[in-house]
Amino acid sequence: MLAWTIYLSFAGALVEALLPKGKPGLARWFALSVAVLALLHAVGGFAAGMGQGRQIIVDIPWVPSMGIHFLLAADGISRVLVLLTGLAAVAGILFSWNVEHRTNEFFAFYLALIGGVYGVFLSFDLFLLFVFYEIAIVPKYFLIAIWGSTRREYGAMKLALYSFVGSAMVLIGLLAAYTTAGSHSTSLIYLAHAGLPVSFQMWCFPLVFTGFAILAGMWPFHTWAPTGHVAAPTAASMLLAGVVMKLGAYGCLRVGIWLFPHGLDPWGFSFIGVGSWRDVFAILAVIGIVYGALVALAQTDFKFVIGYSSVSHMGFVLLGLMTLNQIGVTGAVLQMFSHGVIAGLLFAIVGRIVYDRTHTRQLAELETMHLAKRLPFAAWAFVIAGMASMGLPGFSGFVAELQVLVGAWIAKPWWTIAAGVGIIVGVAYTWRALQKAFFSDTLPSAHFLEHEHDPAHELAAITWPEVTGVVMLAGVSLFVGLYPRILLDTIEPAVKALLAGGGQ
Amino acid sequence: MNYADLFRATLPETALEIAALLVLVVDLGFLRKAALKTRVVVAALLGAAGCGAALWALQIQGNAGLNYGELTLLGAGTYIAVAQTGILILTALTLLLLIDSVFTRNAGEYVAVVLMAAAGGLIIAAAQDLLVIFVGLELLSLGLYILTAFAKSSGKSAEAAMKYYLFGGMSAAFLLFGFSYLYGLSGSTSLPRVVYGTYVASVHGATPLLYLALVMIAAGLGFKVAAVPFHLWAPDTYEGAPAPAAAFIASVSKVASFALLITISSVTLHFLETLHLHGIAVAMVIQAGTPLPPPPIVHGFRSAWPQTLMVLSTASMILGNLAALAQSSVRRLLAYSAIAHAGYILLALAFFTYSPLSTNAILYYILTYGLTTIGAFGVVSVIERATGSDRLDSFLGLHKRNPLMAAVLLVLFLSLAGIPPLVGFWAKFNLFAAVLSVSAGPVPFALVALAIGMSAVSLYYYLQVLKRAYVMPAIDETPIKAHPVTLIVLLAIAAAVVALGCFPALLQSWIASFYPR
Repeated sequence: MLAWTIYLSFAGALVEALLPKGKPGLARWFALSVAVLALLHAVGGFAAGMGQGRQIIVDIPWVPSMGIHFLLAADGISRVLVLLTGLAAVAGILFSWNVEHRTNEFFAFYLALIGGVYGVFLSFDLFLLFVFYEIAIVPKYFLIAIWGSTRREYGAMKLALYSFVGSAMVLIGLLAAYTTAGSHSTSLIYLAHAGLPVSFQMWCFPLVFTGFAILAGMWPFHTWAPTGHVAAPTAASMLLAGVVMKLGAYGCLRVGIWLFPHGLDPWGFSFIGVGSWRDVFAILAVIGIVYGALVALAQTDFKFVIGYSSVSHMGFVLLGLMTLNQIGVTGAVLQMFSHGVIAGLLFAIVGRIVYDRTHTRQLAELETMHLAKRLPFAAWAFVIAGMASMGLPGFSGFVAELQVLVGAWIAKPWWTIAAGVGIIVGVAYTWRALQKAFFSDTLPSAHFLEHEHDPAHELAAITWPEVTGVVMLAGVSLFVGLYPRILLDTIEPAVKALLAGGGQ
Repeated sequence: MNYADLFRATLPETALEIAALLVLVVDLGFLRKAALKTRVVVAALLGAAGCGAALWALQIQGNAGLNYGELTLLGAGTYIAVAQTGILILTALTLLLLIDSVFTRNAGEYVAVVLMAAAGGLIIAAAQDLLVIFVGLELLSLGLYILTAFAKSSGKSAEAAMKYYLFGGMSAAFLLFGFSYLYGLSGSTSLPRVVYGTYVASVHGATPLLYLALVMIAAGLGFKVAAVPFHLWAPDTYEGAPAPAAAFIASVSKVASFALLITISSVTLHFLETLHLHGIAVAMVIQAGTPLPPPPIVHGFRSAWPQTLMVLSTASMILGNLAALAQSSVRRLLAYSAIAHAGYILLALAFFTYSPLSTNAILYYILTYGLTTIGAFGVVSVIERATGSDRLDSFLGLHKRNPLMAAVLLVLFLSLAGIPPLVGFWAKFNLFAAVLSVSAGPVPFALVALAIGMSAVSLYYYLQVLKRAYVMPAIDETPIKAHPVTLIVLLAIAAAVVALGCFPALLQSWIASFYPR
């Protein structure tokens, strides 16, 4: 059932590309129905997989002479992330309802990207995973370069090159692991049991982990993220923050930690308290959390605030992975889901609901517009999204970040303390953005007063796709926050098996 | 050897030559009054049919090589047959691209020269003897010089041909000089004997003459595959030559030259493997009193040749990719990208194994690269006809001016950049996996890492072209028209690139089917 998410998305992309030009309505409805259909399959697969371990979905030899299989499978982690992808895809289409320029091409690239993302989450063959991972690069580039806004060509190229360099590092690691294990198979399950030499894992782990972590926005390789997010059209920044950054984090977990567990072993010496790759990456994650939050506090562009907040929140994911204990890694996976939903919502509000009406994202200009009065829906949606993003109890972010912090405390208490600073700053920047963008008392500009009663100056009314999207995403975050067991019951056994080494 | 054997062994070449003469007769004899368009179509189709006939001849020829006494002059079967089939198919494709071209009024001569050059390519791919190698190379090269100069009304074409010819003549001289040293060292022109002879000579003490000869040969062959530092002709030739000729140089000539490099590498390794198998033979070679060389240290070709290739490969990968970043002409960009691709292949030749693993990976790479690059030149030629230039800016707004052509360009360039699931990605993966599984150790690993890193760089310049085609606004939005035949050929190439990328085992098993089970 889950495999159909991939096939549907790619088939949808192909059909979109062939749809007649100049019929945006058709392209929109078609894309939405494909995405909803894929989401239904994702939900179905999630429901059917509850209480199940790893299930092989498809396994056919692809390149027999090299032992490469078209091997799709799902465990708890995959199912949760596929579900996230489905939600983000539907929401992204709802929030790009107003794309009028080359609409069918837009949705063709969009669905191709989604198909690649589904594919990564479901691949249990390292090679296949890599293929899907690279497939996702090209549509991202075109989505940003053609339909983006601020410095779009720069942002798109930067993103494409960062992704490609990251995937080049992964490819080197893939080739090395494949040949070191005897060139028999690229199946992840096989490689995880192949007993790769410890010395080999020691250098291959950081290579592969860094390669994936570039896409997860790990400091100091995060710089593509803010520029890319800001340049991207709303739907693409929702996908970038919502699912594409998760591709990187998922790769770190599924490939980095699963295949090269000994890469995290202590080096046997320590230098200013750093004694293993685990320490190195944990420190980078903590720096990312604090640095992202501090930089977000200083932004003048509303979208940059959200862009840097993503860097900060993804730091929690990486920190959770580096705790290497059950609760921390479970928290990391839940944080992937939670951040995917919340970041999608935040970008939708900033990019679609606010920017497409006000045509500015500068906080200083938004201050003069009294948006809380003129766009109450947007203001309240942002209040909810902001609370979720700050990690208030009752939202998914709370459960996830709490678990990561507990896991980090078990591993090394000072990681938790440092990351806690990030949370406090997180409250500050969200509050600041909320206050400045929506609830400011600053006197309106003369220009604004002049046109206050001009009907042409009225902001366009909120449309139904926007309401649907906001309700859907906020509802999911709230539901998971109130009843986290629905995801945790699926994630926990999979994490346990993965940390134990081989999986079931 | 008798004439029947000779005829049998050179059946495909003969078919090509007959086709070449036939084209000339038809074009100059029967179609003198006909419109240029008809003549071009007839000549191109006859030429393609000639390639088909040669393919058929290749089939019925079986695995008949050509021997003179104990010496093999022309090999046959296995990788040679794959390369020859590839050469013929690619030649036919470049001929079909001619139909849309207007650079010459002498269609018949053009096609005839292409066919003769292709015959040279077939000989090179099969050659096992220094003299035969040289004859084949000259046959191919002379054809290429003429083809480059074929646009007589274009000064660029003449300039490119002159540069190509001067560099080519020089490198041929180097090659011949190197061959003469090898002959002097070993007393034979047959490759296996040359390898044997140089081995014996170097066991008795290092001979600087051998290294000199190897460097000269590397210069000669490095020129053919456009490896740095013998690459200077490539950008000018790719830029100045008529598009179908450039496509021919970039594909067919490359396939033939790499087949020759495979021959040299595998003959060397085959000899050494036999040595290791029959220890007695070694003892016989080495006269009494000389200490037996320990097995890991191998002499003659084995030590110096891979090192030479490694140097060429590293230089080509780095310089090709970096120089391509700065190009504003798409043809020059393709030339530097060709240099980079040659670098990747040379890497696999430097870390070579006698088993079909390396050979197959190289063939896979060069055949798919040839196919893709023909398509790329096809698109460039269509755009050149419409806009009069191959500058990056003439690709502006292509997705509006001709959506199909833009889609073909997208597929081909992404394949060249090595994005899955297109065939270029599999070719690279195959190649690098072959290098790493043949030789473990830090050096091959570092070079593979360099190659992969460099192909990450290459995405930038391929995207520069695609960005113009898809992203940036068009200056001129008049539709670009392509001849239906060109369109069909280009779509077929793009479809093949996608299909072979999705089902990579197809081509692999096709190549493997040439090997005896």
